[in-house]
Amino acid sequence: MEFDKELDLKGEVCPFTFVKSKLMIEQMDLGQVLKVILDYKPSVENVPKSFQDEGQEVLEVKQVADNLWEVYVRKVK
Amino acid sequence: MSFQFTEEQIKRYSRHIILPEVGGKGQEKLLKSKVLVIGAGGLGSPSLYYLAAAGVGTIGIVDFDVVDFSNLQRQILHNTERVGTPKVESAKKTLEALNPDVNVVAYNTKIQKSNVMDIIKDYDVVLDGSDNFPTRFLVNDACYFLGKPLVSAAILRFEGQLTVFDYRDKQNSPCYRCLFPEPPPPGLVPSCQEAGLLGVVGGIMGTLQANEALKLILGIGEPLVGKLLVFDALTTEFNIVKLRKDKKCPLCGEEPKIKELIEYDQEGCEIRF
Repeated sequence: MEFDKELDLKGEVCPFTFVKSKLMIEQMDLGQVLKVILDYKPSVENVPKSFQDEGQEVLEVKQVADNLWEVYVRKVK
Repeated sequence: MSFQFTEEQIKRYSRHIILPEVGGKGQEKLLKSKVLVIGAGGLGSPSLYYLAAAGVGTIGIVDFDVVDFSNLQRQILHNTERVGTPKVESAKKTLEALNPDVNVVAYNTKIQKSNVMDIIKDYDVVLDGSDNFPTRFLVNDACYFLGKPLVSAAILRFEGQLTVFDYRDKQNSPCYRCLFPEPPPPGLVPSCQEAGLLGVVGGIMGTLQANEALKLILGIGEPLVGKLLVFDALTTEFNIVKLRKDKKCPLCGEEPKIKELIEYDQEGCEIRF
């Protein structure tokens, strides 16, 4: 999937995974896609959920290896 | 858009940043904001503590008093070791230890007609936590002339009061003089011996002042304008009384009589809240 910004949050845990993702998306333009790389399982549920709660569009959540995930979010507001 | 938080700041303000109403942009507003607090006492202690914790970038404190044992029942910025030292210095130490992001400006002086405009003019929001009427009227009139929002609180015995005068919108906001046109005659003001106070009332009302200040800076919620919140600690009740703009108000009415600052004398013994 194409993306405009990438944030590698390996080693980060909740709530800082979402805090850092949010800070990044705030600085992006409407319509742009953020790719977040996570290795902390609870964040794989929490980050997309928190973005949805804020009205952003979660495009995809996929596991790419053992304990490694990618989350794609489009900035829509 | 280019604001960069340090790792420490991301952690420190994470609970703010998570809030949809605040976010990184709101935190940036707080870090760039300037708030002035009149009085580092029973009201100023909690308001200053929370404003510093919240990351308000510049905090001014005006007080000319020194820390006394009789303050420590409620003035939680200070402590036993600091008895005898200026309150603004004590406050600055406590706040800087809490949050090094904050630039604390200490005004170890009595606020007067001659200095009030200079002190207030660079701040975005003013909190009045003073303990006497001459200061309250002077700060009010200066905020009115300068168009600064004023978060006003008062405490006595088991009761607290809070309201916001938003002088950025003078057409619609009532002013302090709509409520009290002039300082009260001496007999109406409780004497020193009568002026007891449950310490926690200052904690509650000062914390609510900080809340109003943060809302004003962030531009969220509804500020307490045109409303007087009255808290009764004995019944644990909050009541809101509507405040109306007085057309005959000597300051903000249709034919204002007050066009410049007035310095009133302190009548009788001072009540120290």
